[in-house]
Amino acid sequence: MIQILSEGDGKGMLLSMEHLTKVYPGGKTAVDDFNLEVEKGEFICFIGTSGSGKTTTMRMINRMLEQSSGTIKINGEDIAQMNPVKLRRKIGYVIQNVGLMPHMTIRDNITLVPKLLKWPVEKRNERAKEMIKLVELPEEFLDRYPSELSGGQQQRIGVIRALAADQDIILMDEPFGALDPITRESLQDLVKDLQEKSGKTFIFVTHDMDEALSLATRVVIMSYGKQVQVDTPDNILRHPANKFVADLIGQDRLIQARPSITTVGQVATKAISAREDQTLKQALGEMHTKRVDTLLVTNNEGKLTGFVGIERLNHYYGSGKRIGDIMDSNVFYVRKDSVIRDTVDRILKRGFRNVPVIDDDGKLIGIVTRATLVDIVYDALWGEADKSNSNDSGQTKETEDNPDKEAGKTESQAEVTQTTEDGDQK
Amino acid sequence: MQNMNIFQQLFYYFAHNGMYVLSQFDRHFLISIYGVVFAAIVGIPIGIFIAKHRKLSGWVIGIANVIQTVPSLAMLSLIMLALGLGVNTVIVTVFLYALLPIIKNTYTGMLNVNADVLDAGKGMGMTRVQILRLIEIPLSLSVIMAGIRNALVLAIGITAIGSFVGAGGLGDIIIRGTNATNGGAIILAGALPTALMAIISDSVLGFFERKFDPTNKTSQ
Repeated sequence: MIQILSEGDGKGMLLSMEHLTKVYPGGKTAVDDFNLEVEKGEFICFIGTSGSGKTTTMRMINRMLEQSSGTIKINGEDIAQMNPVKLRRKIGYVIQNVGLMPHMTIRDNITLVPKLLKWPVEKRNERAKEMIKLVELPEEFLDRYPSELSGGQQQRIGVIRALAADQDIILMDEPFGALDPITRESLQDLVKDLQEKSGKTFIFVTHDMDEALSLATRVVIMSYGKQVQVDTPDNILRHPANKFVADLIGQDRLIQARPSITTVGQVATKAISAREDQTLKQALGEMHTKRVDTLLVTNNEGKLTGFVGIERLNHYYGSGKRIGDIMDSNVFYVRKDSVIRDTVDRILKRGFRNVPVIDDDGKLIGIVTRATLVDIVYDALWGEADKSNSNDSGQTKETEDNPDKEAGKTESQAEVTQTTEDGDQK
Repeated sequence: MQNMNIFQQLFYYFAHNGMYVLSQFDRHFLISIYGVVFAAIVGIPIGIFIAKHRKLSGWVIGIANVIQTVPSLAMLSLIMLALGLGVNTVIVTVFLYALLPIIKNTYTGMLNVNADVLDAGKGMGMTRVQILRLIEIPLSLSVIMAGIRNALVLAIGITAIGSFVGAGGLGDIIIRGTNATNGGAIILAGALPTALMAIISDSVLGFFERKFDPTNKTSQ
């Protein structure tokens, strides 16, 4: 769809950038042939190393910089033909160092653009109250000055200042780069929330991969002014375009991302099964040798048709019936290409000890056991603990490793127990 | 008279010539203020202009510096050649001396406005005039004020010399004291109010300087 629309000269697209190039005086090419189509409501993250041209690209959108060549269109209108001042009033702008006016109250700061647009005072005051509620700050703050707020609170104001005049596009230039990790996380949640509620389009520049992956609907990875990969976070994790992208994502994240993108088929183990036309004696023999109490039943083409447990087998043993006659055909299964992340809850909640996995033709290809799921949950949590470790300095890692692993383990166990209880209740 | 000490003489002088001292005080202050106000009217725009055109700043501040190095008595005499005796000569001299601190401080104040705030202002869609009016001037006002404060204290000193060219002011009283035998009390009668004026102007403008400082802004 994007392809078709892009041929229609960017119509239907909120923002379209074509062959954008920026050469700074002195011959340094900051942005080289940048192309991007952005639909309304998208959350685009530009990510790359320093000097990759991500900020330059973003600043060309509100004409804080002029491109050397190429066009940027908003709603099909070339911004080079627009009055830059009017253009900027329609685009929200959040910068890393907040840039609140220190001599104005928070109220005046929030309603700065509405004031430039000559909204009446009552409407501005109303908007200021609305906005400050959005970021969960008390209304008394409206009469304070920026220096009386903490860094995180200031950036909250910075964010709503960019939204106060109903701007359609919000540009954010590493807005949370200067904040501590906890504040940063709460602001990321806030921004994601605001974006989803308001349906506005965000262009977000960052060099923090976690931030990009958790916030964006699409990520634009840039290096030396060129786009390296433009895709959804899931696809980037699954198929990094090249080594640069893989390095940028980091091996940790690629491993950690596994549970979220691994399919059931990839983790399924070999199933113990019997055919419908086998006798009960054969089935019991199979159970005995493989040390299991339940057999999955397939027909002659290998399609899953049901299962049979030891109780039922015992009940009918010696009646001369075939497995097909006594099996329970009400079997719960998952398809091999469903993603673990989506499946794990369902599996655990049903309280099954194992779940058969079938392919597109309905053929049995394996099972996922509760043990498999425990492994995955454990990996995810352990991976998390590992990662927070590696953020510390290298020297302390060795000593801190063990307690953290322990913590990760207990946590993962707790999680599993919890889920089982849930399943039992249902 | 001879049996009074210098402070008694001073008191006596004030008691008998109080209104005269007051009128000279008034005149002195107005001459200084006029010179500084004209300098501010000219100097602040120049300061803003050279802050926007940094290449010119070296030249402009250089010229103002040269003016500053001319001894004030020489400057008064030079200007007297053109404007003759009288109060206008002193006002022009004060104006010239007040230019440097005002231009320099305006320039510094403008350059010290936080680049992030300017970036945010421009990015939100302020015109150049709005950036100047809503951001740059309010944020550099305290530094500009400090320049005016310097200029005014300087001006009060220069005006005292201005009585050589017949402008009047407290300088008249001082000169009368120097011409009289045992005129110490009369000198003091002119010098003390001059010093007082300088101190009061300095502290009043200092108060405004702090008041305009954006970093001191709080809701209390």
